[in-house]
Amino acid sequence: MLYATLVFLPIIASAVAGVFGHWLKPRGCELITTGALFVSLALSIYAFYDVAILGHSAVVPLWKWIDSGDFAADWTLRIDTLTAVMLVVVTGVSALVHLYSIGYMAGDPGRPRFFSYLSFFTFAMLMLVTANNFLQVFFGWEGVGLASYLLIGFWYKKPSANAAALKAFVVNRVGDFGFMIGIFAIYWTFHTLDFETVFKTAPAVAGHTFVFGSWRPDILTTVCLLLFMGAMGKSAQIGLHTWLPDAMEGPTPVSALIHAATMVTAGVFLVCRASPLYELAPAALGFVTFIGATTAFMAASIGLFQNDIKRVIAYSTCSQLGYMFVAAGVSAYGAAMFHLFTHAFFKALLFLSAGSVIVAMHHEQDMRKMGGLAKALPFTWAMMLVGNLALTGVGIPVVGIGTAGFYSKDSIINAAFLSGTPMGTYAFVLTVIAAAMTAFYSWRQFLMTFHGRYRGAEYEHEEHGHGHGHALQLSDVHEPARTMLVPLAVLAIGALIAGGLFFHYFIGADAKGFWRGAVAVAFGHRPGEVPLWVELAPFAMMIVGFMVAFYYYVLNPELPARMAAKAGMLYTFLYRKWYFDEVYDFLFVRPAMRLGRILWKWGDGRIIDGIGPDGVAARILDFTRGAIRLQSGYVYHYAFAMLIGVVVITSYFVIRGVLP
Amino acid sequence: MEIGLGHYLTVAAALFTVGVFGIFLNRKNIIIILMSIELILLAVNINFVAFSSYLGDLVGQVFALFVLTVAAAEAAIGLAILVVYFRNRHTIEVDDVHMMKG
Amino acid sequence: MILQAIAFYVFSAILLGSGFMVITARNPVHSVLFLILAFFNAAALFVLLGAEFLAMILVVVYVGAVAVLFLFVVMMLDVDFAELKKGAQAYLIPGLGVGFLLLAELIAAVAVRWTFPAQVMKGAATPSPAQVSNTAALGHLLYTDYVYYFQVAGLILLVAMIGAIVLTLRHRTGVRRQKAWDQISRDRAETLALVDVKPGEGVQ
Repeated sequence: MLYATLVFLPIIASAVAGVFGHWLKPRGCELITTGALFVSLALSIYAFYDVAILGHSAVVPLWKWIDSGDFAADWTLRIDTLTAVMLVVVTGVSALVHLYSIGYMAGDPGRPRFFSYLSFFTFAMLMLVTANNFLQVFFGWEGVGLASYLLIGFWYKKPSANAAALKAFVVNRVGDFGFMIGIFAIYWTFHTLDFETVFKTAPAVAGHTFVFGSWRPDILTTVCLLLFMGAMGKSAQIGLHTWLPDAMEGPTPVSALIHAATMVTAGVFLVCRASPLYELAPAALGFVTFIGATTAFMAASIGLFQNDIKRVIAYSTCSQLGYMFVAAGVSAYGAAMFHLFTHAFFKALLFLSAGSVIVAMHHEQDMRKMGGLAKALPFTWAMMLVGNLALTGVGIPVVGIGTAGFYSKDSIINAAFLSGTPMGTYAFVLTVIAAAMTAFYSWRQFLMTFHGRYRGAEYEHEEHGHGHGHALQLSDVHEPARTMLVPLAVLAIGALIAGGLFFHYFIGADAKGFWRGAVAVAFGHRPGEVPLWVELAPFAMMIVGFMVAFYYYVLNPELPARMAAKAGMLYTFLYRKWYFDEVYDFLFVRPAMRLGRILWKWGDGRIIDGIGPDGVAARILDFTRGAIRLQSGYVYHYAFAMLIGVVVITSYFVIRGVLP
Repeated sequence: MEIGLGHYLTVAAALFTVGVFGIFLNRKNIIIILMSIELILLAVNINFVAFSSYLGDLVGQVFALFVLTVAAAEAAIGLAILVVYFRNRHTIEVDDVHMMKG
Repeated sequence: MILQAIAFYVFSAILLGSGFMVITARNPVHSVLFLILAFFNAAALFVLLGAEFLAMILVVVYVGAVAVLFLFVVMMLDVDFAELKKGAQAYLIPGLGVGFLLLAELIAAVAVRWTFPAQVMKGAATPSPAQVSNTAALGHLLYTDYVYYFQVAGLILLVAMIGAIVLTLRHRTGVRRQKAWDQISRDRAETLALVDVKPGEGVQ
C-alpha cells in the first residue's frame, strides 16, 4: 500500500495538473505536484530505512498485465535495497527540483504543462526502478524517454529546442532497439521476463550458445551486450552520447533532474539490476568497462573548452556516467551505485546553481560574458563551490575524510586497479587522467563565472533572443528567490556528508548486509588494499587540475582567449566535440533525410499518389476527353455507331448458331 | 431455275445494306439520308411481301401496306423539317449539321 | 418458269443498281430519278410475287407522291452538285468493311432453302383465296379484321399533313391580295374628287 502510494502519487498529481491546469492556475499546479513529490519523498525515506537498513524487502503485486499462452507479465513492485536507493535518489532530487522550478519558471506561461511533465517523468522513473520484470522496466524506460523529449522541447517555439528534443529521442531509440532485442533474447532463452526466475535460472544457461548463421555466440554475453546497448543510449555513453549536450536546450531544472540525476542513470541501474546476468558474461563486462572508461576520458576532454555553463556540466555528467560503468564493468556494482547516489546530489546541485547564475544574469549562459560574480551572488558561489568540491573529490586520502565524490570516485578508481584485468587497467589509467581533466574544467567553470573581472559589460546582452542594445551591468545581478535557494542548500548538505555517511553501507564493511543480493557483487572479486600511489593518484590529479585552472583563469586570464583564437588542431578537435556530430550527420542523418525525401517525393508523391488519387483523377480526365469525341454532333457518326452495334449483335447470334 | 424465298430475301438484304450505306457513307446532303431511309423501308416491304407470298398468308401484305403509309407520312414530315432547317441555316450539307456536339 | 427467273434477275439487278446510284450520284436530281427507277422495279418484283395491288399502290404512292415530293424539295432548296469530300476517305474503308460484314451475315442467314412444315401452311392467319383477285382479297381483309389499323393509318396521314403544314407555313409580309368586300363597298365619296384647275397650274 505504502509503495503503491509512493509510486502512483506523482502520476495522479501529473494528471491533475495536466487536465485541470487551466482552472487550477499555475500556482495550484505547482503546489499539487510539489506537494505530492514531497509526500513520495517522505515515503521513500521511510522505505529506505525499512528495506535497506532494517532488511524488509518486499514484492508488491499490483495487477495482471499480459497472460498469453506461454508469456505472462504483471505489474509488480519490487522493493529491495537497489530499488530503495533509487527511490530516495529519484524522489529526493525530483522534489527539490519541483521546489526549485517554482522560482526558476516564474512567469512562464506553460507552467502547468511543465509541472505535469515533471511529475509524469518522476512516475515513469519510479516504475522503472520498482519493476519486477524486464517489460515493466521497458515501460518506464520509454516513459522517461518520452518525458525527456517533452521537457527538452518544452519551449517548443524555439527551433533549436525542437531539434534537440528530436535528437535525444532518436538517439535514445537506437539504444532502445538494442534493449528490445535484448528483452526478446531473454524471453527466448528463459521463457519469462520475471527477474526472480531469470536470475535463478541464469547459471544453468551460462556458457550455452545459440546458432546465428555460422556463428555460435554465447547467449548470456549477447543478452548482456544488448541490454548494455540500451544503457549506452540512455546514459549517453560514447557513440550514443551526442544527445546529452544538446539536451541543455531544456530548462535548467530539467537538466538537473533528468540529465544529471535520474534518467541518465537508468542505464547504470539496469546494468546493476541485471548484475546476476552480467556476472556470468565476463566478455560483456569487459566491454562495459571499456566503453565506460573511454566515455569518461572523451567527455572530460570535450568539457575542457566549452563556453556554455550548462554544456560543461553536461559533459561532466557524461564523464561521470562513464565512471559508473567502469565500476559496474569490474564487478563493483556497489561502487557504481554509490557513485550514482552521490553524483545525483552534487550534479543536481551544480546544475541548479548554474540555473541560479543564469537567472541572475537574465538568462545569459555564455561564461565568457560572466566573471567576478562572487560578490554579487555569494550564496550561489558557496553552493557551486560545494558542488565542485564534491565533484572533483576533494578529501584527504589516507585518512579517508572528504566530500561525497571523494569516496565514490576514488573507490571506483581503486576497484579498477584491483580488478587486475587488462580492461580494468585500461580503465584505471583513463579514469585517473579523466580525474585531472574533471578538476580542470570544474574549476575553470567556477573561476570563469565567479572570479576575475566582470566581462558582461562589454557585450550587448541578448535577452531571450533579441538584442537590447545595452549591456548587463554587475549591479543588475542579484540572488534569485528563496524557493530556488532552499533546494540548493539541501543538496549541498547531501554532497558534503552523504559520502562519509553511507560509504560503509554501499561498499564498505556492511555492504553484504546492505545489499542482500540486490546486486550480485558489491566491490569486485578481488577486494583488498590498494598501494599508496594508487590512493594518492586521484588526489594528485585533482591538485594538478586545480592549479592549471587557477593559472589560466585567475593569474593569466588573457591567455586562454589568445590560445583559443590561435585555435590549434587539438583545441579545435576538442572544441568540436571530437567531430562526432559531424560524422553522424554525414553517415546517418543526411542519408536518412535523403531516403526520406526520396520516399516522400517519389514513393509517396509520384508512385502512390500517381497510382492512387492523382492518377485516378488524371485517367478520368483522359477518359472523358476521349469520350467527348464520341459526341461529334454528326448524324452519320451516330448512325455508324448504331450500325456497328447491329453488326456485333448479329455476329454474336450467327456465331452462336454456328458453333457446336 | 426455281426462284425461292431465299432469292427475294437476298435481294431485300442487299437493298437494306445499300440503304444503310447511304446513311453514313454519304457526305453530300441530308436528302440523300432521307432517300436511303426510303430504300430501307422498301427492302423491308419486299421481305414482307415475299413471306406473304410463300406462306400463302395475306397478313404480310396488309402490314406492308401500313408500312407504306407510315413511310409516306414520315417522308413528308422529314422533308418539312428539312425545309424549315434550310430556311434557318441556308445549307443542308451533312458536315455543317453539328450543333448538337458534346 | 425460265421467264420468271429471267424477269426476277433483271428486275433485281436494276433495283440494286439504281439503289446504289441513288447514294452515289453527284447530281441530286439524278438521285431522285434513280430512286423512282428503284421503286418501279420493286413494284415489278411485287407483281412477280403475286401482290399486284401492292405493286400498283407502290407506284401511285411512292413514285407519284413521295418521290415527286423529294423532287420538289430538291428543286426548291437549290441543292448543288456535291463533290466527294476528302474527309470521307478515312471512313470509307471501315464503313464499307462493316457494311459488307452485315450483308454477308444477312445473306448467310436467309439465302437457304426455305421449307415450311405443313402446319405452318395450314395455320396461316389469312389464307389467300384462290378465286378472288388480290385486290378484292385485301379489301375483304382490310375493312373487316384490320379496320381499326386502317383508321389509325388514316389518322397518321392526317397528323403528318397537319405537321407538314405547321412546320413550313409562313406568312409572307407585303403580299398584295384582293380584298373583294372592300372593292365592292367602295362609294363615290372616297374615290372621286372634282378639282378646278387653273390653267398653267398643276394638280395638288
